[in-house]
Amino acid sequence: MSTVVGEVDQHDDHHHHAPSGITRWLFTTNHKDIGSLYLWFSFIMFLVGGSMAMVIRAELFQPGLQLVDPHFFNQMTTVHGLIMVFGAVMPAFTGLANWMIPMMIGAPDMALPRMNNWSFWILPFAFTILLASLFMEGGGPAFGWTFYAPLSTTYSSDSTALFVFSVHIMGISSIMGAINVIVTIMNMRAPGMSYMKMPLFVWTWFITAFLLIAVMPVLAGAVTMVLTDKYFGTSFFDAAGGGDPVLFQHIFWFFGHPEVYIMILPSFGIVSAIIPAFSRKRLFGYASMVYATAAIAGLSFLVWAHHMFTTGMPVFAELFFMYCTMLISVPTGVKVFNWVATMWRGSISFETPMLFALAFVILFTIGGFSGLMLAITPVDFQYHDTYFVVAHFHYVLVSGAIFSIMAAAYYWLPKWTGHMYDEKLAKTHFWASLISVNVLFFPMHFAGLAGMPRRIPDYSIAFADINQIVSIGGFAFGLSQLIFLWVVIKCVKGGEKAPAKPWEGAEGLEWTVPSPAPYHTFDTPPEVK
Amino acid sequence: MSIKLITALTAMIPMAAQARSQLNLPQGVTEISNRVYDLHMTIFYICCVIGLVVFGAMFWSMIRHRKSKGRKPATFHENVKVEILWTVVPFLILIGMAIPATSTLIAMEDTSEAELTVLVTGSQWKWHYRYLDSDVEYFSLLATQREQIENKFDKGENYLLEVDRPLVIPTDRKVRFLVTSDDVIHSWWVPDFAVKKDANPGFINEAWTKVDEPGIYRGQCAELCGKDHGFMPVVVIAKEPAEFDAWIAEQEQIAQREKEEEQRLLAMSMDMDELMELGERVYLGSCAACHQANGEGIPGVFPALKGSPMALNDMEGHINIVVNGKSGTSMQAFGNQLSLRELAAVITYERNAWGNDTGETVQAADVNAFINE
Repeated sequence: MSTVVGEVDQHDDHHHHAPSGITRWLFTTNHKDIGSLYLWFSFIMFLVGGSMAMVIRAELFQPGLQLVDPHFFNQMTTVHGLIMVFGAVMPAFTGLANWMIPMMIGAPDMALPRMNNWSFWILPFAFTILLASLFMEGGGPAFGWTFYAPLSTTYSSDSTALFVFSVHIMGISSIMGAINVIVTIMNMRAPGMSYMKMPLFVWTWFITAFLLIAVMPVLAGAVTMVLTDKYFGTSFFDAAGGGDPVLFQHIFWFFGHPEVYIMILPSFGIVSAIIPAFSRKRLFGYASMVYATAAIAGLSFLVWAHHMFTTGMPVFAELFFMYCTMLISVPTGVKVFNWVATMWRGSISFETPMLFALAFVILFTIGGFSGLMLAITPVDFQYHDTYFVVAHFHYVLVSGAIFSIMAAAYYWLPKWTGHMYDEKLAKTHFWASLISVNVLFFPMHFAGLAGMPRRIPDYSIAFADINQIVSIGGFAFGLSQLIFLWVVIKCVKGGEKAPAKPWEGAEGLEWTVPSPAPYHTFDTPPEVK
Repeated sequence: MSIKLITALTAMIPMAAQARSQLNLPQGVTEISNRVYDLHMTIFYICCVIGLVVFGAMFWSMIRHRKSKGRKPATFHENVKVEILWTVVPFLILIGMAIPATSTLIAMEDTSEAELTVLVTGSQWKWHYRYLDSDVEYFSLLATQREQIENKFDKGENYLLEVDRPLVIPTDRKVRFLVTSDDVIHSWWVPDFAVKKDANPGFINEAWTKVDEPGIYRGQCAELCGKDHGFMPVVVIAKEPAEFDAWIAEQEQIAQREKEEEQRLLAMSMDMDELMELGERVYLGSCAACHQANGEGIPGVFPALKGSPMALNDMEGHINIVVNGKSGTSMQAFGNQLSLRELAAVITYERNAWGNDTGETVQAADVNAFINE
């Protein structure tokens, strides 16, 4: 393979090599540069959204109002959610897709490099608009990231317009990113790389991209209707004009449920790469993994109303959505069983990517269990809109999606930087994150069952102890992520030289190019047997 | 040393038992809430067993199949039989869960043959109860003192879970709730009844309960409804049927007397001091949540009354907006929430407090005249 790369280097003058300095990043069309931009952007957003979570946890440390007024508290919960979903998790996955998909399928770059540049560079504007709205008179959006009408229409402040445009820009960015992924995967696979030979990360992103294209326009529609209801006198969600506030929830969750799978399917791909690598054994049930992913994606369009059981649906609708939701646990279970079977009788070692991947499997499964409990309509009436739900979705999003992103970062850092990261420091980051994330989110289950509603700035004294523990876990988890920043900066700056394939059991084309990966890889496509 | 430890541990047992009751779903006081609790526990235990098997296998691998133990990896990577098995078995478990869930759900949604109906209306940030079978209706507001919330006073036992007028229902009778809203979406929730129903503006939802034991049951609004979402509790008192009948009859009489009293008071006028005193009380109870105690509002969200042209000049407009509210905004119609005297007093207060020194008084008769125009 190294001969192929040598050839590439001789062709370098054919490429318009990116200028240096800031313009290199502004005008870049290189998938690796854009991948890095996405990843750094998402990490910055992770810290911004995280600091809002710190404000929330500080206010909830004790009963009573201490630090912020309830209106600002609502802005914090709202913007924390929006930033973490659209600013941290989704761009991180897009960053990983940019870096890894071309290298995994043996393509020289993404199929649409200029669009790739644009889809990244509109994101900072979207989030500047969103964050700037916090400083407007009347404050930023304060209606929850789910922006239920009419709280977000008739009863919202004027920053709603900024919120709407910022979500539009995020949506455009996501759709362009998704188009790029699909076109790349369909057209630029190396000879011999049939669909059923693609790494699972490529497969899961392929399916995710279709989900994105299907539902981001629905979100755009929802925010547009909010905008016209608020400013142009329409009544989509206002009963007084013939509309229906529950219609908003149907539209929102028709986007929202596939959206949560958008934030977890790429994780499945990452974990399906890491567990075999450190078990030194082929992934168990590759084909069933692909089918399970497709099944989850298909079912995701049939379950949206399980977020709305208390809105007063007909009993047959409730039954339909309950059964469909329960069904999702079958393909999800298949995935978990396959990962365990991959480890079974393997030869396992526990480097940091593997530790995060194992924590992912266990904690995501716990989130899956609480998800199954939430699917049961009669019991959901009790769980709905309590901290039980908050615990559930943070288990799948933080110790699920975000842990898998951490795993991916450690797994591919040697490939990206050419250096090994500091294993000892990385393990400290892992154990600190693992312990604090559970102190943070596990007690929330109990608070919710005992009756604490979500999105409240103050609570009954019965919940005081639990909230204190949760807040301590929250501060510890937030601080632990600074270790991650330290490890990454240290790794970028230097460290032990990484070989082309630093992990003994790793498989895939990305390990056939040197570390760090050259600026251009696979100008001549590799042959896949 | 060890004896000390044992004593300490034994002392913790009752604490743990007590704590447990606050860490799990309440069993509640209705047949439905007990069925919901049983369902919750059954599914929880099933999840625990599955978790034990899956995580057990994982940890077994992690401990036994390590590279550091010199393990050579096996080479198998698929097994159709096993894969079919772990698709079919979970499916069967799900069917086992779905059967009791379906029957409970159908029972919960059967609101027919109710003996008593209460219309529950949410608004920012209070509940209103109207007994459709008798002439009784009232608002139910948070009763916790502002000073407790602001940490100036010690917090009481029912901090944030206490109201001025709880809903009263009979035990052993099927009570139907019709749930709706005047502004944004709220959600009426009493955990002990396993009843949580969204209050959607412009639509009416149904729920029901039949309480077994008399007592006081507390819940909260469960759907984010704006600034004071955390401050609109639900309190329900369940009384023995005979006691309830006596209570509702008494309430009807009181309501009747109040109406007569109000008519009588129309002829009397109050002086500025009386109006200001009553007005301040009403203002702090009904208006200060949005317009703030200092009348300055929250810029961009809730307008200031201090120095507002309406409070200074336009008296008719002022009475109109307080009585009828302003559609398309959070400003509610207080005409049906406050008595004529209270309306007159609060309007007077708003026109004379915080430097709004108009010197004008508004009397109950003025408000009455406006309403009857």
